[in-house]
Amino acid sequence: VATRAETATLAQPRTFSERLVRWLSRSPVHIVLLAIAALWLVPTVALLVTSFRPRSDALSSGWWHVFSSHLTLANYSQVIHAGGMGHAFLNSLYITIPATILPLTFGAMAAYAFAWTRFPFRDTVFLLVVALMVVPVQTAFVPLLKFFREHGHLNTEFYGIWLAHTAFGLPLAIFLFRNFFITLPKDLIEAARMDGASEFAVFRRVVIPLSVPALASFAIFQFLWVWNDLLMALIFVSNPAKQPMTVKITQLLSTYAQEFHILAAAGFLLMAVPLIVFFALQRYFVQGLLAGSVKS
Amino acid sequence: LSAQAPPIQVPQPKRKFGRSREGTMRERLQGIAFALPALVVLGLFVIYPAYYTVRLAFYKSDFLFSFTNYVGLQNFKDLFQDKDFFDISSFPPSGAVFNNLRWVVVYISLCLILGLALAVLTIRVRYEKAVKSVIFIPMAISATAVAVIWLLVYSPNPDIGTVNAVIHGLGGNPVSWLGQENTVNYAIIIAYVWASTGFAMVVLSAALKGIPTEIIEAARVDGAGEWNIFRRIMLPMLSLPISIVTVWLFINVIKVFDIIYVMTQGGPGTSSRVIAYTMFTETFSGNPGRGAAVAVIMLLLTIPVMVLNIRRFKSERVMT
Repeated sequence: VATRAETATLAQPRTFSERLVRWLSRSPVHIVLLAIAALWLVPTVALLVTSFRPRSDALSSGWWHVFSSHLTLANYSQVIHAGGMGHAFLNSLYITIPATILPLTFGAMAAYAFAWTRFPFRDTVFLLVVALMVVPVQTAFVPLLKFFREHGHLNTEFYGIWLAHTAFGLPLAIFLFRNFFITLPKDLIEAARMDGASEFAVFRRVVIPLSVPALASFAIFQFLWVWNDLLMALIFVSNPAKQPMTVKITQLLSTYAQEFHILAAAGFLLMAVPLIVFFALQRYFVQGLLAGSVKS
Repeated sequence: LSAQAPPIQVPQPKRKFGRSREGTMRERLQGIAFALPALVVLGLFVIYPAYYTVRLAFYKSDFLFSFTNYVGLQNFKDLFQDKDFFDISSFPPSGAVFNNLRWVVVYISLCLILGLALAVLTIRVRYEKAVKSVIFIPMAISATAVAVIWLLVYSPNPDIGTVNAVIHGLGGNPVSWLGQENTVNYAIIIAYVWASTGFAMVVLSAALKGIPTEIIEAARVDGAGEWNIFRRIMLPMLSLPISIVTVWLFINVIKVFDIIYVMTQGGPGTSSRVIAYTMFTETFSGNPGRGAAVAVIMLLLTIPVMVLNIRRFKSERVMT
């Protein structure tokens, strides 16, 4: 705001010295911002550097001695193979992909029903869904654990965690999609119906293609939510061979405790996918997150 | 400075809500068919378990998750007599409930203050986007990764831990931030503030840009100082986004678990437990009935937010 106001009153500085004077006059702002940014970067940089340092160096000196030690990828190959992070990475994918696609599909269908069809108690049910957005996952744990113990072994496979993530992702999906769908032009949907299109065709060929931004925002939000989750995985994946990276890291932590070269490499494997998503799809990601702010 | 604050909220296209006409039988069945898969999953995995949790909270239980007899409020009484959960016998009071209260106060205010400061400051510089990305990136990564990052920062060994290296360099003695009761909660809270400030900043920055420049320029022409502009124009106009961020942070605090589990396992002893952490430990230490009671407490804590969300929705403000 200040910049815009100031450029309106001050002439644009022309020479380098003029510009320097102007910059220095506002230097408290720059100093504060750069200091905060540095403070925010240091912890991550420290871990990144540590993940490339050989064991002997990482155990004896701090990450800031990076320039005096040679760097290696050995830590990564150790956690991927011996540490089991490679296998856990695949498990994370097996858990996350269906746990994203299911709420996306069911959520879009339900949102279509709430936005463009009529049935009794439609809006009351929708308000209930809005209320469910903030229900803590903990309220479902005890009965579901009881159920899993008594009936079969749902949590030795992925079904339990898929369904749990789907259920707790659905309220947000329905809420977001319904709010997006009702902004679509009514004429378009009526016209398709007049042409004899079935409800499913209207949904599939008219509503969905027009709603890609909303669908993408939710998909990214949910993908990262599930990928980053530890608690639900601890509860709903009891089979050690099926555990995702977040759970694997807690086990590495109890084995390696202070051996940060190992923990750092494992941590960065876990962070890799979210960071790629962040840099590649920043716009959708921020949108999804802001929209998700009502949930969690 | 007398300028009236115009509403930032752009009125949404109104649509009749609450009185949908109910169509033909065929239309109804089609609508229900579309909603059914989602409603079945919600019913089986959210609503019914929530109801069942409330019931189980009144039953005695064991390691095998069998619930034997009705004990009334005994689980709740046990919880509030458990010094790990609720302890007012000493000052300051301790236990998971009071740790969680510390989280509410410290975590929420730090995130808000930092987020607001960053929103106001970044808007004045040309490298706004770069700074914002740096602050926002931790939002993308998991609490597990945040915990690993900060375990290294807090390492008690001054040759390895960043904070203790700085203290050591200034001539002080290294501190075991996560190993002593009086620092552990604040140490974890700061790590989580590091992870969440980006959210507050992005929401508040977007709202700040929605304030018409004419108002601020008019105030400036009238001779208002920067502080007055912030205090008397920006802050009042940001009250809605600030309340949205506060609610989001509050829900986060009620649910906080992962970062504590990875950083300290609730320790040393039980000194960094919070309500959600107690829910986990009670459930898996042979007391799922008490776990259910803690879940009921968590549900009660979120009910005000539920009501708020429904009210906001009904008044047709879009909640993003």
